Amino acid sequence: MLIKTENLWKTYNMGGEELHALRGVTFCIDKGEYVAIMGPSGSGKSTLMNLIGCLDTPSKGTYQLNGRQVASMNDDELAFIRNKEIGFVFQTFNLLPRATALHNVELPLIYNGTTAETRIDLAKRALEMVDLADRMMHRPNQLSGGQRQRVAIARALVNNPSLILADEPTGNLDTKTGVEIMGVFDRLHEAGNTIIIVTHEHDVAQYANRIVHIRDGQIEREESGRKRAA
Amino acid sequence: MALQLFELREAMAMAMAAIRTNKLRSFLTVLGVLIGVSSVIGMVSLITGLNNSMARQIESLGSNVIYVSKYKPGIVMGNRSSDERNRKGIFFEDAEAIAANCNLVSAVSPENSYWRWPSGNTAKYEKNEALRPQITGVLPTYESVNNIEMAEGRFFNDIDVHFRRMTCVLGADVSASLFPGLDPIGKDIMVNDERVSVIGVVAKRESLLGESMNNFVLIPYGTFAKLYPWEKELWLACRAQSAEVMPQAIDQITELMRRRRGVAYDKPDDFAVFTQETLMDQYKKITGVIYLAMIVISSIGLMVGGVGVMNIMLVSVTERTREIGIRKAIGARRRNIIWQFLIEAMTLSGLGGVIGILVGIGLAVLINAVSPLPAAVSAVWVMIAFTVAVLVGLVFGIYPAYRAAKVDPIVSLRYE
Repeated sequence: MLIKTENLWKTYNMGGEELHALRGVTFCIDKGEYVAIMGPSGSGKSTLMNLIGCLDTPSKGTYQLNGRQVASMNDDELAFIRNKEIGFVFQTFNLLPRATALHNVELPLIYNGTTAETRIDLAKRALEMVDLADRMMHRPNQLSGGQRQRVAIARALVNNPSLILADEPTGNLDTKTGVEIMGVFDRLHEAGNTIIIVTHEHDVAQYANRIVHIRDGQIEREESGRKRAA
Repeated sequence: MALQLFELREAMAMAMAAIRTNKLRSFLTVLGVLIGVSSVIGMVSLITGLNNSMARQIESLGSNVIYVSKYKPGIVMGNRSSDERNRKGIFFEDAEAIAANCNLVSAVSPENSYWRWPSGNTAKYEKNEALRPQITGVLPTYESVNNIEMAEGRFFNDIDVHFRRMTCVLGADVSASLFPGLDPIGKDIMVNDERVSVIGVVAKRESLLGESMNNFVLIPYGTFAKLYPWEKELWLACRAQSAEVMPQAIDQITELMRRRRGVAYDKPDDFAVFTQETLMDQYKKITGVIYLAMIVISSIGLMVGGVGVMNIMLVSVTERTREIGIRKAIGARRRNIIWQFLIEAMTLSGLGGVIGILVGIGLAVLINAVSPLPAAVSAVWVMIAFTVAVLVGLVFGIYPAYRAAKVDPIVSLRYE
């Protein structure tokens, strides 16, 4: 069991009014699963993603990630968990604009104290995995959207995390490039990685084995996705 | 908050990248630090140069010379006490007594200067005029006591003094302005409207604090007494037999002077006996005050510079909220972010420091080139200035770095 949440609540205080973004979400994800979290905007899927990604802590409930209780951790402990367990892929890529592709991929390793040699070695290998070995010294603005997203995926991979968390990974890409990127996720899944994709697009969700629908802060229903041929 | 080496290198590299992308902004930011540091280096260089020249100058007075005067040298704040004001002067007879009774003193030179009120002394030769020279009456012993080197002619002898001959010995500057390209020896000049003939010229001496040490006219003591009979109070320069017997020689002179002036055994000296060391101490005291004033002024400059650094770091934190969010999302802890921005601030101000040091050294070189003031760069102060510049970055970087560490990754990743 990689992820186990029990009765997760997240409440925001908006000018004296209590806003429940999540109302008791309970679910489990096993190692090696490929899960899509779907829902319209305002459904609470971003909040759920933040909690799963250890960017935030729940107001109520428990969250166990890889055997560790995360719900009550402080900022620095969460940072440590994020570094070790989670690889993020964002809709807007979120690469450092001034750093080369290689340096961007190295970044997570810098924060866990990997030595420079190992760092460059691992970063190169991660870039090779996403077929960008020949673009290592390019800066993000010298890369296409698809290439940028692949750099971001390499960055998510480099630390060998137990979970890859992608937030609308194709949202800023054209259809063709989106399909390419989803192909990369497919490959990663086949290689044994656990992947969670947060999206509102049906087509994207269909790549996953399991689709979790969120509405009004609760799990509405689950279905299994049928994998399309790429 | 331990900082690992690779973290430091990463932060420095990112800082340099940030500075490179904002060259003009970075330069303007560090301008304050730059000016502060360069003014420190410039002024310290000037003072170091003056110190060196002063030390050489005081040494050239001779290491075993003892001065006797009515008052201690140095600057007096406010009025002297009435005891001090009612002191007896030092007179020619004191010189004779010291020469006769102190066996550790090899020569005594009584010296007395005249200043014509209100606009200073004049020395003229035909149409040439010297600029307010100092006129001093001296004995032949002046030459040996004060290590005088003659450039031309001879110094006074006992006959000049005894017969009050109207002769004079000129300083190099006076000789140069009265006799440009001419041989001064044997020429008659007008000193305060008295005709005296030049018998010698003293070799050029190093200038002190930018003030010439060569602007003087020496006349025999007898002649001085004849021209200015009311000028009786003077000071003495005494040469000890050797440097080793200096303390004993000082004791002998002090002892004799106390007896001659009838100072009671339980009263302090009512005169001053001092050496070039005392002069050096005095000088250091004065320059110490200048140092202090300088540090205060330049620290204001550095403060302004620091505020500039802080301002731009705050802007930088806002601009790079997203970057901070990314770093946090992938595992940067608070201290990682804090160090990154602290190091960036220190790199920025340190860079300003380095440029400031270079500009300061340039200033020192310029001062040397265009003015008579000597300037010498002090390595210690270069280190101090650099350290202070970096510290300014550290201190003024703390708040922006703290702000950066507080950035919430959830909010900042959504930040467009």
